[in-house]
Parts: sequence; structure tokens; C-alpha cells
Amino acid sequence: MDLSSHTTVKCYHCGDECITEQIQLAGKTFCCQGCKTVYQVLNQSDLCDYYELNQNPGTSQRITVRQDKFSFLDDDKIQQQLISFRNDEQTHVTFYLPQIHCSSCLWLLENLHRLNAAVVSSRVNFTSKEVAIVFNHRATSLRSIAELLTSIGYEPYISLQNLQQAKPRIQRSLIYQLGVAGFCFANIMLMSFPEYLGLDGIEKEMQSTFRYFNLILSLPVLLYSSLPFYQSAWGSLKHNFLNIDAPIALAIIMTFGRSLYEVLTNTGGGYFDSMSGIVFFMLVGRVLQEKTYQQLSFERDYTSYFPIAVTVLKNEEEIPTALPDIKVGDTILLHNEELIPVDGLLTRGKALIDYSFVTGESIPVLKEMGELLYAGGKQTGGNIELLVMKEVAQSYLTSLWNKDEKQKPQQVSFVNTLSRYFTWIVFALAAAGALYWSFYDGGRAWNVVTTILIVACPCALLLSNSFTNGNVLRILGNNKFYLRNAQAIEEMANADHIVFDKTGTLTTTEEQDIRYSGKHLSTELTGQIAALAAQSTHPLSKLLAKQAAHYGKYNVQQFHELTGKGISGIVDQQIIAIGSAEFVTGRVTRQINGSSVYVSVDGELMGFYTIRNHYRPAIFKQILQLKKNYGISILSGDNESERSILQKELGDDVQLHFYQKPEDKLRYIKRLQENGHKVIMIGDGLNDAGALKQSDAGIAVTESTNNFTPASDGILEADKLRRLSSYLLFTKANKKVVIASFVLSILYNIVGLSFALQGILSPLVAAILMPSSSISIILLTFGASSLYARRLHLN
Amino acid sequence: MSVIILLLIASVSVAALFLGAFLWSVKSGQYDDETSPPLRILFDDKPSSKTTTKTTSVEKTNSKP
Repeated sequence: MDLSSHTTVKCYHCGDECITEQIQLAGKTFCCQGCKTVYQVLNQSDLCDYYELNQNPGTSQRITVRQDKFSFLDDDKIQQQLISFRNDEQTHVTFYLPQIHCSSCLWLLENLHRLNAAVVSSRVNFTSKEVAIVFNHRATSLRSIAELLTSIGYEPYISLQNLQQAKPRIQRSLIYQLGVAGFCFANIMLMSFPEYLGLDGIEKEMQSTFRYFNLILSLPVLLYSSLPFYQSAWGSLKHNFLNIDAPIALAIIMTFGRSLYEVLTNTGGGYFDSMSGIVFFMLVGRVLQEKTYQQLSFERDYTSYFPIAVTVLKNEEEIPTALPDIKVGDTILLHNEELIPVDGLLTRGKALIDYSFVTGESIPVLKEMGELLYAGGKQTGGNIELLVMKEVAQSYLTSLWNKDEKQKPQQVSFVNTLSRYFTWIVFALAAAGALYWSFYDGGRAWNVVTTILIVACPCALLLSNSFTNGNVLRILGNNKFYLRNAQAIEEMANADHIVFDKTGTLTTTEEQDIRYSGKHLSTELTGQIAALAAQSTHPLSKLLAKQAAHYGKYNVQQFHELTGKGISGIVDQQIIAIGSAEFVTGRVTRQINGSSVYVSVDGELMGFYTIRNHYRPAIFKQILQLKKNYGISILSGDNESERSILQKELGDDVQLHFYQKPEDKLRYIKRLQENGHKVIMIGDGLNDAGALKQSDAGIAVTESTNNFTPASDGILEADKLRRLSSYLLFTKANKKVVIASFVLSILYNIVGLSFALQGILSPLVAAILMPSSSISIILLTFGASSLYARRLHLN
Repeated sequence: MSVIILLLIASVSVAALFLGAFLWSVKSGQYDDETSPPLRILFDDKPSSKTTTKTTSVEKTNSKP
């Protein structure tokens, strides 16, 4: 269809195209009543600077929020769990507002006191998309604050998760340890200069002062900054396993002991500088590697999707009840666009349930009274009543999450394997050196052993590993691919099979392909059909309305809707009916090709529209590319209508499976793993959650990182899915870089050890060798991984 | 000689002061949100015509509990 001839009008508030209606107010155009209302609220309080800071800063208000949605906030018990502080006058509360996206949001939310004088202060945390509000609870209530936010387009997201757990505190101890190590390292270096440069005989007194200063400064490094290494080493030793931190902890303690001995006996300056330098660099590497994406959550479970409270009907009264308090046998009332939190029987109303989140099926399902509804579906349409059959924690969806609680077996990183051999070789060398020197010169044996252990410490290995991982995570993050940790890089690099979910992953939920087949429709008639469809809230009608909205305006009379079946009405003296085949033709037919919408005019069947999910651009090319190196499977909760298209585009060797329930997906991954495959699962919804968890590397695809994603090892922005093969190549490069830098550090070690074994390593040589080897390795890892990134055209 | 010792102590204490400032700034959460402070500074505190001056004077001073 020709869209280019048509100019679109953008909503002044949200910037969306005005499709179904255009509302004019004060020379501005709005796409819906909701957007207009927000503008009016802001205009009244003279807050229209909001629109001057950014163009169209608002979010669409087309889905209206129910009037008493926040009535549960009047409940004391729920309030107690949401607020963070309360005294006689003030209440402090933090709301999560996923809509925050620009400086206008920031400005408006921090000017809340101009809308409601009872707000004492409001402060936005942009990174975590939260606003901390302090208000006077004598003058206003928590509920009205939530409603105020909703009225200006920032509906607070309050989920069951808010009730159950406190937010994890941000780990800051690593930063403190880094700061302390940096301080000590710099000062020790400064005071070691006289030692390196050599002092005159008369200044010997100064020398010991400097040495004692260094000794004191190294104590915080030994006792505080090195704690993470001791803890990790101790943890691994308890499990009879030698990880990379064990020899490092040993080396730190050894270096300190040897240096202490030298200073106290006045035989040398010790290696305090090397010790604190190494600890500092290793901590930098560790901070880099553990830099997490604060605004993303990799650990979501069902609680962050479910509402905090629903309406329970008791004796004709509507009582908002916290979700955990719902009992079997209660009757709950659900409104349009609300998620079903428990399994229950439909007792009143027609349910049109959108199960896309659970099954991947994108078209809503009609349920009649008496049918069982599973938790996780979303009601689209009128109000319904449910008789609760199972409590929240026992519901179908919840049990899916809780199943397989067992952790993934902790994979042993190849770096740990390397370091183990390395450690044994060093121990053997040290023993041999000690034996040799104890025959010839017993006094030097101790010196030689400590020097070997100090020089050969596998710090370089750890450094190269954590710096490379840190840099790879950073580069992938710049490319909208956020991995949870360094472990995920290795899992991705080792994988040999990729499993895709279809709906929402390969296809986009934002766009649909609409095709018409049948008798010719004039532009006029198309416009009339669209006008009729615009009257209905059914998702398919909305689509029809959207694609032909610019074909003119028509009046619809005698509009009739039979929920779940179809709609009819009179447009320009013609009776138009659109809907299912049964509704339009009166005959029952088998539909197989996606979802079809039939059209009749004055009782005469014209044809039907086929609506299909739209595949993401270049996705087939990407899969064909991946097919060269990986096994590919596609799992879908949908019906088989797409099989022929996928088979044609991707070839016969791609395994396609349809009608897959969440457990089927999980079992499929398990079976692949039992056959020795390492599996990457790429999915989007709650229905993939089990499979994402089971796979070696589960990647959640999302249209925007503001959306919620199920628990996963990585989050990928949807339009970057077509770069997947580059990302996978890049994770492979990671290992190469680590091994290359490891070879370099072994070269350093051979040089250092050859001196140490002969017992002639001077403090000066050691002091130069150790920091320079560390720095050159850091440069190598950064340079090499960035070079690889550029070769793969990643930013 | 003692002058050098004195200088040494002075320099280390100055450095320690900066270390203290760094630890404090991390602890008080100054690095938690790096986006909003630079934006916040750009907004003018235009007193609006309808609201009283009283409400503008109490704004934004409360930090997190």
C-alpha cells in the first residue's frame, strides 16, 4: 500500500503518529484523550517547560489507567512494605517509573511540588529510573501521589517483587578496597625512589625511615585491600580445589613476609611496591569485570511481572487484596489489560486472553464461562471474574519458574585450569631451587624460594583475564548486548548450537504484515472498513484500522461487536461485517494461515485479510550465516502456519518445532545438552524463561532495555539480533587474547625465574620487571580486544 | 633531615585527606546516578506565576533517608 503520499501528524505530547483521531487544543495536536489530559494538567500548573526541554517528551497515554487502580495503596499493610521511612509529618517512598527517558522527565518529576503542595521533595535517579518522593502524609496520601504520577503520564510500576524482597544493596566494598590500594601504592612508589636510585652513605638513616614508612603503608593493602583474594582462595580450598586466587593470596603473603624480614633485619628494602601495585591492578581488573549494568536486571522472576494487589469480591464489595493473601475459593475481579495472577475458573464475563507471554501465541484466545484460565495471561476486553483455584505460589506459571531451582553446574573456566598447572610447576621449581641451594649455600635457599614465588605469581594471568573480559563486556555493552558476567562470555564462545524462539524473537511484535486476498477493494471501501475496525478494541481490528486510516474519514452507524467473533456496522449505506469466517460467512472453516479476518459488504463475501508477524529485517541472512558454524533450532509456541516460509528461507537442516509449551522448550534444550551440545537459547517472553535458564547461555531479546526481560545471562536489544554472528566471533576472540597475553607473561616469568633461580635477582630488577610486565599485559589485552572489535565493525 | 620527614608526613596526610574524600563520595552515593546531576544543573529555577515562592524554596534539599 502506498504510504508515501500521506503526511502524518505527530502528537504534541508523545510524538506518536495520530492515527485513529486527532484532537486539537490550543493549536496543538494530540493522538488521544490521555495525552491531551496530561497536557492540560501541566498547562494548568504552568509546567509547559516540559515540552520545551525536549520535543514530544511524553509517553503515549492511549491505554488508559483504571480509576481506582491504586486503591490498594490505602491498605496499611501494603503501605508499610512500600514506604522506606515515616515520621509524624513526612513519608519517604521510592517509585519505579519505567517511563523515565529524558531530561524533561527529570525536570517534571522534580517539580512535583508545583502540582501538589504536599510533596516536600522529589528526586530522580536516572540510572535506576526511580523517583524518591518525600511527602507530608497529613495533607495527602500515598495513593494520591501514585495517582498524581499517573495523571502526568508516569504510572508507577508496583509489582509483587516490591513486597517480597528488599533491593540488594550496591556492592561498594570493592571500590573502597581499590581506593585504599591506590593510595598506598602511589605513596609506596614515591618512597621507594630513593631505594631505586641509591643513597649516599650518610643518608643511610633516611633509608630505614623510608622503609618503615613503606611497611606501615603496605599494611592496609595486606589486611584490607587483598581481602577478596583471601576469601576466594579460602573458598576454593575448602572445596579441595585450587583456583587462580590461591597462588595469588599465597604470593601476597609471601611477598609481605619476605619484605618484613628484610626491613627488620635491615638487609633490603623489600617488595612492598610490587605487592601493592599488583593488588591495585588486580582490583582494577576485578572492578572492570564486575561492572554491572545497574538499570538492567538479569534475575527477574515471576514476582516482577505480577501486580502487587488485585480486587477481591466479598459480599458484593470490592476489596483490594495483596496477592500473597489470596486464598483458594476467593472471587477476584480483573479489568482490561490486567495480568491474571492465579489459576482460576472464569465465572463471569467473556475473557479474551492474550497468552503471548506464556505461550508465544500472539493472537488473543477467547474463553467462555466455566473454563480454566492460567496465570500469566492478560485480559483484553471487559471485566471478568475468576474463582481462584490455586494460590499464587502454586500456579502453573509460577511452578514453571520454581521448577529446576538447582543452579547450573559451575563451569570451570579455562583460566582456572591453566592456573592450576601453572601453580604446580611453580611449586615444583621452588622446591627444586630450595633443594639445590640448600646443598651449596643454605642461607640463600630461603631467599630463592621466596623470590621464585613472588616473581612467578600468576597475577599476569589473572590480570589479562579480567582486563580482557572487562573490555569485552564494555564493547558488547556499547553495542547493546549486555552480558551478566564474564562467565557468560566463555559460555557463548564454547557454544555449538543456537536455539531461537520465533514469536517476539525472530518476529517483531511492533509490526505485522497484513495481506488482502479476494475480490478487489476500492480505496474508498478500504477506508470504510478501516473506519469500522477503528471502533473496536480487538487487536486485529486495531491493526486493520491502523494500516488504512489515511484513506479518508467515514461515519459508522449501528456499530455491533460480538466479542471474539467480529464486528458489523453501517458505513455510507452499506452493511459491512468483518471478523472470523464463522461470523462473516456463517460457515465453520479450518483456518491455518495465521489469523484471517473475513470481510463482507451487504452480505456478499469480499475476501479476507491475513495477518502475520513481521520478521525482523535481515534475520534470515543472519541465521544462514550462523548455520555455517552452529546447529540451529527454532521453537515456537505458535501453530505451524509459518513452517513452509521458514523452511524455504532457511533450508532443510534447520530444525523447526511448533506447538511448543514452555516445558517442551526446556526439555528440548536439556536433550541437546545430554547429547553433548553447548546451547545458546535466544528468547523473549516468560514462556522462554525455563529454557533460558536451562541453556548454557540464555539471551533475552527486548525491543528496549526499559522492558522487562526474564532471567537470563544476557540481554540483547532486538535490532542488534542481526549482528549476533559478529558478537559470537568476538566472544571467541576473547579466549585468544587471554591465551596470547598468558604466553607473554610466561616469557616474563622465564626471564624473571632464570634470575631468581640463580639467586641474583636484585630488588631493582624485580621492581622494574613486575609493574612493567603488568602494564604491558594490560595494554596488550586492551589493544588486542579493541582491535578485534574494530575488525568485526563493533563500536 | 627532619625537614624531609616533616614533608613526608605532610604529603601523606594530604593524600590521606583525598582518600577520605574519595571514600566519602562513594559512600554518599555520588556515583550511583551519573546522568541526572549534569542535567539538573541546566534547569532554570523560574518562579512560576501561580505557585507561591514558599514552595520553590523547599525544593530539592532533602537527600535520601
